[in-house]
Order: sequence, then C-alpha cells, then structure tokens
Amino acid sequence: MIERLALLPGLENPLLWILGVPLGSAGFLAILRDWRVATWVNVGASAVTFTASLALFELRPEPTRLLFIDDFNIYLVVLTAFVGMTTAIFSAAYIARETSANRLSDMHLRFYHSMYQAFLFTMLLALTANNTGVMWVSVEAATLTTVLMVSLYRTREAIEAAWKYFILCSVGIGLALFGTILVYLAAQPVMGDGPDAMAWTLMVKRAHDFQPDLLNLAFVFVLVGYGTKVGLAPLHSWLPDAHAEGPTPISAVLSGLLLNVALYALLRFKMVIAANGRALTPGPLLVMMGLSSLFLAAFMLYRRGDIKRLFAYSSIEHMGVITFAFGMGGPLANFAGLLHMTMHSLTKSAIFFAVGIISQNAGTKRIADIRGLTATNPVLGWGFVLGVLAIAGLPPLGVFMSEFLVVSSTFARQPLLAIPLALGLLLAFGALISRLQMMAFGPPPPTVLGHGNASTMSSIMALTPLWVHMLLVLVAGLYLPKELVSWFQAVAKLLG
Amino acid sequence: MVLTQLSYDMAHLIGAGVLMAGFQLLYQRRLFAVLNTFAFQALALAAAAAWQAHIQNAPHLYVTAGIALVFKAMIVPFALHWLVERLGIHKTVETAMSIGWTMIAGVALVALSILLVLPVTANAAALTRESLAMAMSVVLLGLLMMITRHNAVTQVVGFMALENGLILAAVSAKGMPLVVEISVAFSVLVAMTLFGIFFFRIRERFETLDLNDLETYRGDRQ
Repeated sequence: MIERLALLPGLENPLLWILGVPLGSAGFLAILRDWRVATWVNVGASAVTFTASLALFELRPEPTRLLFIDDFNIYLVVLTAFVGMTTAIFSAAYIARETSANRLSDMHLRFYHSMYQAFLFTMLLALTANNTGVMWVSVEAATLTTVLMVSLYRTREAIEAAWKYFILCSVGIGLALFGTILVYLAAQPVMGDGPDAMAWTLMVKRAHDFQPDLLNLAFVFVLVGYGTKVGLAPLHSWLPDAHAEGPTPISAVLSGLLLNVALYALLRFKMVIAANGRALTPGPLLVMMGLSSLFLAAFMLYRRGDIKRLFAYSSIEHMGVITFAFGMGGPLANFAGLLHMTMHSLTKSAIFFAVGIISQNAGTKRIADIRGLTATNPVLGWGFVLGVLAIAGLPPLGVFMSEFLVVSSTFARQPLLAIPLALGLLLAFGALISRLQMMAFGPPPPTVLGHGNASTMSSIMALTPLWVHMLLVLVAGLYLPKELVSWFQAVAKLLG
Repeated sequence: MVLTQLSYDMAHLIGAGVLMAGFQLLYQRRLFAVLNTFAFQALALAAAAAWQAHIQNAPHLYVTAGIALVFKAMIVPFALHWLVERLGIHKTVETAMSIGWTMIAGVALVALSILLVLPVTANAAALTRESLAMAMSVVLLGLLMMITRHNAVTQVVGFMALENGLILAAVSAKGMPLVVEISVAFSVLVAMTLFGIFFFRIRERFETLDLNDLETYRGDRQ
C-alpha cells in the first residue's frame, strides 16, 4: 500500500506535503468532535508539515507556474513550519488549561483548531506562491482566518479588536490588490497576457523592460497595503488590539509569523523594483516607515498597562527595525534584516508562550497585578526573563547580534541615520527592562488566583517550546553555523 | 473582435456609470438609499465586466460579470436590507464630515487619480488607461466613504464599493488571469458571511452597530 502511494506522481514533492497536510487537517479538525484528540491531531499535523519543510533542503522542486522555492522563501517556510509546530504544542497545553477554566466551548475549540491549520496553510501558500495573485489571495485568507480566531472569546473587547483588525486589514489588502494589478499592467506589455506576467521567477528576469513610472505607483499601493499588515506606523493601530484580545497562541503566531509573511510580500515587490533599475529606490520609504514605527512603539511601550499589548508594541518596534534594515539594503544590512526576522520570530513567540501561562496563572493581563514571577514559578519566570532580555537586545542573545549588525552597517554607510536608530532601540530597551523588573522580581502576591493546580504534563508541554526557542536564540547569539551564514549571505545578495 | 471606437466609448460610459454611483453613495442620507445605490453600482460593474468580456474576447470575464450581478447586485443588498430591518438599525446615515465637503474631497480624489494614472500608463492600451483611472477613483471614493461614515453598515458598503473599484481595474487589465477575479469574488463571499456573523455578535453585545459606540474601549485604559 505504502509503496503504491509512493509511486503516485507528486508525492515525492515536499511542497505537496507542506501545503496538503495543513489543508487536509483543517478540514478533518472541523469535523472532529473531541477536543483532546484535536489538540494532538493539531500537533501531529504541524510536526509532519515541519518535517516536510526540512525535506526541502534535500530535494528542491523545480519552479512551476503556481509554486516555487528559492533561497529566500525556503528559510521562511522552514521557520513558519517550525514555529507553527512549537505553537501547536504550546496551544495544546494552553487549551487544556482554558477548558478547565470553562472559558471555551467544544464548538469554539473545533473551530479554533480547524482555523489554526487553515491559517498555517494560507501562510505557507503565500510564501511559496509563484504568482502575485495567488499570494494576494492567501494573505487575504490568512487575514480572514485570524479575524475569526481573534474574536474567539466573544467578549466585547475581542469583538471590537477583531472588527478593527478586519476593517483596517481588508482595506490594506484591497490597496495591495490594486498595487498587484498595476504591477501586472507594467509586466503585461513585456511578458504578454496571462499568468506569466504574474510569476515572480519570470518577472524578475525581465523586470528591466517594465515601465518604471507604473512600477512606482504600484509600489506605493503595495507598500501601504502590505505595510498595514506588517504593522508599520502609522498603519499599525489594529495590531495591539488583535494581539491582546485573541487567544495567546494566536498572538504568538501573529507576531512571529504573519508579520513576516506580509513583509515577505513587500520584499518580493521590492526585488522586482530593484531588478528594474529605473524605478524609484524603495529604500528611503522603507527607512522612514521603519524609523517611525520604531519610535512610536518605543514611546508607547512606556505607557502600557496590559502585558500582551506591551509585547504587541514591541513587535511593531522590531518590524520597524527589520524594515529599516531592508530599506538600507546592501549585503550586510539585508543579512542583518534576515537574521533579525528569524530571531524576532523565535523570541517573540517564546515570550507569548510565557505570557500565556503567566496571565492564566495570575488570572489577569494587568502588569500591575503581576509580581514575583521568578519566585512563584522559577522555570517559567526565568524563561520569561531570558525572553524579555533577549527581545530588549541584551548580549549575548541572538537579537543583540542582529540589532548590532543593523546599527553597525548603518553607521558605516549613513552615520546620521544610525543615531535615531540607536536612540529608538535604547528607549525600547529602557521600557522593557523597567516592566520586566516590576513583573519578574519582588515579593509574589499573597494569593495566587486562577489555576495554580495545573497538571505537570500540561506545564511541561507549555514550557518546552519556550525553552527550545530561547536555547536556539542563545545559540544563535554565540555561534552561527557557517552554512547558515553563507546561505543568509546568498539571500541578502538576492534582495539587492 | 476588432477594437472599434464604439467599444472604447461603451467601456468608458459603463465605467463612468460605476464612478457616478460611487459619488452617489457619498451623499445618501438614508440607509436604504445607500443599499440601492450600491446595488446600482454592482449592476454597472456587471455590465462593465460583460462588455470587457465581449471586446477582449475573454469568456471567463462573463463569470465575473455573473458574480457581480447575482451576488453583489442582488444577494448582498437584500441581505443587508433584511439585516437592517431585523436588527432595527437606525435608518439614517450619520456623517463625520458634511456632505458638501465630502463631495469636494471626492472630486479632488478623482482629479488626483486621473493626474496619477494617465501619465504613467502612456504605453498601456488606451482602453486600460482610462478604465484604470476610473477604477482608482472608485477605490478612493470607497475609502472616503469608509472614513466619513460612522455606521457599521455604511462602512461595509464603503468597503464593498472599494472592492467594486478593484474588480473594475482587474477586468480592464487586458488578459489578467482568471484566478484573480474569482478569488476576489470568493473572498467577498467569505467576507460577507463573516460580516453577517459579526453583525449578530455585535448586536448581542452592544445593541448597536454604531462604530462610535464600539470605540469606548480604546487602547488599554485602566
């Protein structure tokens, strides 16, 4: 039976597995009644997807009209599948604790698991699509699935957050579609009618002949459109609400993965512009938006009272830094941007894992009510401390390394730009450290509300992904394997 | 089919119809009038798509036209009509900006899109150029409507008007693959069911659809 299956055409293509497994399990989970089984199916399906994504290193499929894999998206696919898997493990523990507190009904859970896999599917499709239209559709679908998950708790705040997220991102995505149509119009006289004029692999080769004015106009729409989804200031206002009100596993994948996917879409268009050569240089626009996001978020960090909002603003800050790095361009800054994208994904999702358990234990999301974490639960508390120190940019962790590279490469080329960048990073650093001190140290509150009696099994499952992520970030800060470095360098060249 | 002067003129006439409906949406004071105007815009869009299918010899665009006709011009307005009745939503439109100023802003946006689009599309087919300018105007007018109206229903209509502009752009782009049109229509369908769910939930929680009332919880006031 298995041999026969292996003979079927296409099954040896890892892409088929990467996309087929999440899609299939989304359907299966929608009809599966028992939520305990569903959490395990969710973990299993995500693990299979991750394994299949690793297979991409060994056998990379030829690009087709619909899907392709190149040096750039392969690393994002693997990262997405990895964080998707660890978040599924965390989610299993999170959901078990939420249901014991009776916060979610069976119907909601069925829906949640199905949407989780559907969300992974849309992100992976957006990353691997070789067609601007298909990519747009998948980003739109990713928005829809996350809107549904953000509103899961049905509280007033959750519905408001979901509504805001939905309206703002739909408009953003609409503008991105207009940009996509304009890019097609720029490509069509050169490449002829039909899907060829929307394929990334073919467009980049002949982008030199595209009409530059049209590309300029298109890029403005794409920047505003996908920029809304990246959460760049001043289009960020949906982001803190959506992060704060949804279930915490969703905050982790929103911050860690969806923002990256939107940025990826933006960078693909930037590659076409760069290949054209005569169109505007997108650099200054990206630098400006990056810096404004960094500053806005850095100041906002000081006034947050809600722990999930705090880290949502920190995501805006880091997306700003990454956008800034890609805006600077050149091999070193691009390298730093790619590294920072990876480090931020791993660290921020780890922080949200910790935040999820912390707020469940404390029964509140108010920073003022959270005290003495390292004393009440050392494994969790110190993991959280490590995560926040990492995201604040303290050496020797991986985020420091990438931030240092961004600052130093900027200093080498545009010293004046490096000053505001460093200032913004310092501001954010101060805010995060002062909040961390309040939450992590000091005497614990006298009574521990919520579920202090969670089973050891669910604690282990919730804490393992956190520590795995933090170890990876620590190792990356101390030592990056040569293969990884040369590969990032290749991608950095690709980005121009 | 050979592109004659007539085919250009017809395409522009229908496109102008869509744009005009976009303007009409800006000055409606009653909710049902907004829905009727939206239905008219969708009807004009269906005609535009069908005409493009005819002159570009692209039968798949008839599907887009059909979706616009059946779904956007009929089902959506009826469903919204029913929702408004059923939920007892206020039937007047609340504006954030006086109608006169809204119209002036609308005219400015149309001028802006013509000034932006016509110079940069010098190489594109004439048919595409002007339709694109009109499509962009419709998109911007939809955006304006979303900004200047408080009520959730009118915001949703503004969003769908924006989508109408996008589809107008997509059908006017010669030879644009089918995948985009169907997907746009499909996502609107999904979005619509979503809206429906939202309306009920919002109703359950707040007894109102006015987004202003939704804004009481903003940021993290403690």
